[in-house]
Amino acid sequence: MAEALLQTERLTRRFGGVTAADAIGLMIAPKEVHAIIGPNGAGKTTLIGLLSGEIVPEEGSIRFDGTEISGLPVYRRSQLGLARSFQITSLFRDFTALDNVALAVQAHRGHSFRFWHDARREDALRRPAFAALERVGLRDRAGTRVDKLSHGEQRQLEIAMALASDPQLLLLDEPMAGMGPDESARMVHLLRVLKGSVTILLIEHDMEAVFALADRLSVLVYGRIIASGDPETIRTDPAVRQAYLGEKHGTERSGHDG
Amino acid sequence: MTASLDPPLNAAPAAVLTARTVFTAGLLAILALVPVYALATGETFGVALFTRTIILAIGAVSLNLIMGYGGMVSFGHAAYLGIGGYAVGILAKEGIGSGFAQWPVAVAASALYALVVGALSLRTRGVYFIMITLAFAQMIYYVAIGLDRYGGDDGLTIYKRSDFGGLINLNNKVVFYYLCFAILLASIFLISRLVNSRFGLALRGTRSNERRMRAIGFPTFRYKLLAFVISGALCGLAGALLANHTSFISPAIIHWTRSGDLIVMVVLGGLGSLFGPVIGAVIFLLLQEGLSRVTEYPDLILGPILLLVAIYVHGGIGGLLEGRRRG
Repeated sequence: MAEALLQTERLTRRFGGVTAADAIGLMIAPKEVHAIIGPNGAGKTTLIGLLSGEIVPEEGSIRFDGTEISGLPVYRRSQLGLARSFQITSLFRDFTALDNVALAVQAHRGHSFRFWHDARREDALRRPAFAALERVGLRDRAGTRVDKLSHGEQRQLEIAMALASDPQLLLLDEPMAGMGPDESARMVHLLRVLKGSVTILLIEHDMEAVFALADRLSVLVYGRIIASGDPETIRTDPAVRQAYLGEKHGTERSGHDG
Repeated sequence: MTASLDPPLNAAPAAVLTARTVFTAGLLAILALVPVYALATGETFGVALFTRTIILAIGAVSLNLIMGYGGMVSFGHAAYLGIGGYAVGILAKEGIGSGFAQWPVAVAASALYALVVGALSLRTRGVYFIMITLAFAQMIYYVAIGLDRYGGDDGLTIYKRSDFGGLINLNNKVVFYYLCFAILLASIFLISRLVNSRFGLALRGTRSNERRMRAIGFPTFRYKLLAFVISGALCGLAGALLANHTSFISPAIIHWTRSGDLIVMVVLGGLGSLFGPVIGAVIFLLLQEGLSRVTEYPDLILGPILLLVAIYVHGGIGGLLEGRRRG
């Protein structure tokens, strides 16, 4: 297998008595879609926080593209090519969709200690922002303020902002959260289009979407990765079935529903 | 109006904008004509009142940069008025009367103080940020009281206004008025460029959602700190103007209620709007002046008025602390 784009070793973080991340060893190969699944409270969001830098690990290391990043602040990791979307939509509500994406572009093109020129007229910011909006299918909504966008559109915008920085690794924290079936289908389609051009770490509850998209999966239970592998391996792993897919399947070891 | 042809959603904001623009233009025209009126009628009191209004409006404009566009509620902005003012007063007393020395020192000292306060306070947010800025300003207040050589509690009389050689004569009240007015307009223009630049968008994005800004790769702290320093430097200049205007400087200029006044002006005029602080300063100071003529307790009437405005007109302090902004 190719050199890992992201590799963690013994990544550990406790909150009070709870070990939210327990010696996590995770390997993500370039260009793969790697899904993290696990029951509620398994520590999925903690893991995203550790990788993006919002949560500081107590032990362990994170290597990203050959660099040790576990001591770097959030904005440095973003500059190195690690982009994340948020589980709860987290945008600049009083800016237009295009403004939002242009800000993400701005963070990665030159510095922001420019005080005079109107940034909204800067082609070098607007054009890549437009392109990112187009990629997620929001081109027509470029001039719309974020708080006038539908929930599904806001989630698409989340992806556009993450893409705008031309990242090496996208951390997607439940991109389908709160979506209706139509919106979910559109998001799956969007992620499928992205698949292969950018490495994606996907956290998602929607199992149908996960198994449709992921090249590999890791199963997280109580802060521990209990299994890693391709979808078929995970689907049939007895420990996974026991711990995650529900005890009613745990004893049977047959059937392919999930 | 062809109201039936316009989509109502588009028509409403345009109408509001127009009313506001007309009001702002009218206000600026009045401010521009104050000395003309005074010269024509011989009533010079208005010039002094409006000079003071314009100077405090510059202070409010500077506060609006960090509060309205950056979401940082500084409750210690009067400290910069004091530092700028004392820079002029102290240098004058020590025999350095040149404005070319006094004003840069006033601005630089304020900027330096802002750098220190900002570096320490910007790591906190919300109420803690407010309290730290207040605490620093109180410290400056007591330092000023302790300056025995410069009048201590009683303050310091400045016998000569800043001297700019043959360039401009500040002793002429009309000239001084128009200088202050020009500085006000220049600072508003400066801020209009600033808030639409890359730096300004980074600052406004941080106000809107700082966590997200860091996630997309912005080191937000340094942009906030720089905005804080720019704001302090501009307010320091207002302090230098104020000392020249009153020919007197005392710790009262740094009193925390003065910091509160500046916040009220900004909120009153509308957070994060370019001319809002000017509108706020004029309304606030005219109300204060007018009410003090008819009653012994102007604050008793002023207070409820401000309260109503804060609650019903601009989304109020609560909206501000949450970082919300009205369309």
